[in-house]
Amino acid sequence: MNANVATEIDIRTEGEFARDNYLSEHTVRSWLLTTDHKRIGILYLFTILFFFAIASVAAAMMRIELLHPTGGLVTSETYNKLFTIHGVLMVWFFLIPSIPTVLGNFVLPMMLGARDVAFPKLNLTSWYIFVAGGALATWSLIHGGVDTGWTFYTPYSTTYANSHVISMAAGVFVAGFSTIITGINFIVTIHRMRAPGLTWFRLPLFVWSLYATSLIMVLATPVLAITLGLISLERIWGVGIFDPKLGGDPILFQHLFWFYSHPAVYIMILPGMGVISELITCFSRKRIYGYAWVGCASMAIAILGFLVWGHHMFVSSQSVYAGMVFSVLSFLVAVPSGVKVFNWTATLRKGSIHFTTPMLYAPGFIGLFVVGGLTGLFLAALSVDVHVHDTYFVIAHFHYIMVGGMVTAFMGGLHYWWPKITGRLYPEMWGKLAALATFLGFNLTFFPLFVLGYLGQPRRYHVYPPEFQVFQVLSTAGASILGVGYVMPLIYFIWSAKRGRVAGPNPWRATGLEWQTPSPPPKHNFKQTPVVTGKPYDYSAEKDVDLDLASI
Amino acid sequence: METTTHPAKTYWKTFAALLLLLALTWSIGYVDLGLFNVIVALAIAITKALLVALFFMHIKGSSRLLRLAATVGVIWLLIMLSLTLGDYLTRGWVPLNH
Amino acid sequence: MADRAADSSANRPQDFVQIAMEIVEPITKPPRSLVAEQFDDLEQQRDAAQLGMWVFLATEVLFFGGLFLGYTVFRSAYARDFAAASHHTEVLIGGINTAVLLFSSTLMALAVRAAELQKQKRLVWFLLGTAFFGLIFMVLKGVEYHKDWTNHLVPVLNFEWHDANPGHVQIFFWLYFAMTGLHAIHVTVGIFVMLVLAMLARFGKFTTGHHTPVEIAGLYWHFVDIVWIFLFPLLYLAGHR
Repeated sequence: MNANVATEIDIRTEGEFARDNYLSEHTVRSWLLTTDHKRIGILYLFTILFFFAIASVAAAMMRIELLHPTGGLVTSETYNKLFTIHGVLMVWFFLIPSIPTVLGNFVLPMMLGARDVAFPKLNLTSWYIFVAGGALATWSLIHGGVDTGWTFYTPYSTTYANSHVISMAAGVFVAGFSTIITGINFIVTIHRMRAPGLTWFRLPLFVWSLYATSLIMVLATPVLAITLGLISLERIWGVGIFDPKLGGDPILFQHLFWFYSHPAVYIMILPGMGVISELITCFSRKRIYGYAWVGCASMAIAILGFLVWGHHMFVSSQSVYAGMVFSVLSFLVAVPSGVKVFNWTATLRKGSIHFTTPMLYAPGFIGLFVVGGLTGLFLAALSVDVHVHDTYFVIAHFHYIMVGGMVTAFMGGLHYWWPKITGRLYPEMWGKLAALATFLGFNLTFFPLFVLGYLGQPRRYHVYPPEFQVFQVLSTAGASILGVGYVMPLIYFIWSAKRGRVAGPNPWRATGLEWQTPSPPPKHNFKQTPVVTGKPYDYSAEKDVDLDLASI
Repeated sequence: METTTHPAKTYWKTFAALLLLLALTWSIGYVDLGLFNVIVALAIAITKALLVALFFMHIKGSSRLLRLAATVGVIWLLIMLSLTLGDYLTRGWVPLNH
Repeated sequence: MADRAADSSANRPQDFVQIAMEIVEPITKPPRSLVAEQFDDLEQQRDAAQLGMWVFLATEVLFFGGLFLGYTVFRSAYARDFAAASHHTEVLIGGINTAVLLFSSTLMALAVRAAELQKQKRLVWFLLGTAFFGLIFMVLKGVEYHKDWTNHLVPVLNFEWHDANPGHVQIFFWLYFAMTGLHAIHVTVGIFVMLVLAMLARFGKFTTGHHTPVEIAGLYWHFVDIVWIFLFPLLYLAGHR
């Protein structure tokens, strides 16, 4: 047991499955009217998986289409709709919600020693709003979808597109309110509901990252909302502020859009970084190196991330001088990320490393995030960007961060907290196999795209010169392996929920208040509010532990 | 952290000040100060907003956290305005290399 | 802590009536405890609500902010056209409306004070007064919009401008209607909230020392007032008259 937490808790004997937990009630009503943050996390999990599946099918169709230089599977209009729905669903209906609404909702109150979030009914409302937004987007998709790209650039989206822009934009608009509510909830929860003794600098780093993420959520998302409203109105009425024929400026749209969308990518990655901090410390049995630096780096990324949006607009006719300012600021925002990578790596030094499945995802994250982050710096250099903007280089860059970084972290976190969520362990051997498959498949899918982009193939085209084919074929091959790597957890997680080995309260011998309750946790998390007296990640007593995880 | 309300007089005095500032902004609206019209108008508006925030919204006497929350939105709006205007205002500048 | 949903096991149609009752019930019956179960005490609950409302207001600043950005960009680009357009706004109505909102804000502050002092009757009247003057604002807005209509200043519907740069002037009026329209929606929501609060106050909900809903509704109303404080000079006094 963690000696730093003085608490009277009902921890049953090792390996016992806690009866009478938050999952005990089985009625539909108890799920649809729940205000329990743990159940809401699970509701979100199912919803985002649904959209991930649709977006993955779109990706698969694109990858098949790209096998041949002249395409053949779909028309160019359909291809445009495929990459649009892939982007819209992945960004707004999978990546942005993923870690905060699933793992964050589940774990945050427990990490704080609280019974629930500050506004549980709002929490449930946010899920319903999310579902409504998703329904609108799905409606748009069913009726033919949108072909503007997930970026909705004007004047195409406002004036010339013949597709269902407004319903798709409305879906994203509505989902945005879900994000805002989650952000408000987390900010207030972290400020107001910490257990006695849990000062800011005793918080787990996952909490710091969720806090920074929530700040971005509440400050950036409203700008997206008003922008989507404006393009919808302009599309309906033919009058607005983005039409150059009427004296408007299409670049103003880009300013408004990217003011949100750049910080949005930090909404996506920061929670992943928080997860990695948890995994690295637990599975090296060591305190994080430079705790305060890592926590403050999250805040720095959140703040600086708002100052760099113009790097998406270097070739848009934005002023060169503004471009220079944005370029310098973009270099600056890489620094706190670098600090984190350094600190994670330094944590590994002289650690007692246990390569469980989460600990395969964690270093994978670090390596892939470094590649993605460095190529981001290439793009931040004005002169380089002129050459590779709108090419596959950009696609490779952001997939390294989003998939290689974010999805990897999500998988790592899901495996790490799975025993807490379900009370059972996933099968360790299959977990490791899937992690390996995704790492290999991912690199094969996306590394060739860096080469393609550098060689000049533009993005969002489904036909290309034949000399590029070998790279496209490699990429599609990689995508099939990646797909297998993602389907495997789907199967074994479902299996393990009923048949997995019983985990007990703390199978990883981790520090952190969430491990001081039974698995699965009771409805109100703790019998009594814990009191925190020591620093986080104190593994000094548990260094040489044997994490016995028999695989099936 | 309490936000005790003020005596009723404070609210009426604030209201009087707000009306005065409204009259001021109105009358200056009829005077040609060129570029300064917008600056003065904004300055008066900011003053009125501050009065509402400090007294009606009880920022005066509030905790540091609430005061921070109150200002953060405005600061972020200013970031959005300034960097965007930075683009628009420098578009016509002479290029670096000829 | 009682778990209301703990008793049922089936999902029959009667259950859905039960569900509806569970949603409506808390609004009309007095709560079992003033403190929601996730909070330790009343003070924590109040602090959380206040912080939550302020964070929400920050989101509103950025929501309106997008429109303010559009206004700033185009006013700097088309200063003369914006000035000419601004001359055609109904400054008298706009000015009176500003005073109306400022007065309603004063009444709201007094309502919060009455709640804290547990003066139920005063609270109800001040809340009704706030809503009433909000309504006056909306009525005057309607009159104003009607005048804009008869003057052919409404983009999309009947916009006509016979002087220079009609496109730029139309952008002004597009922003004018977008900004005042979004603001009017917020005022309308506020009026409803005040009326609901007045009704709850009438039934004694805020005389037990727990008046947080009144406080945070007040914050919202003052914010809506502040937005108008900026809209008035920017839209109505853009060019000197």
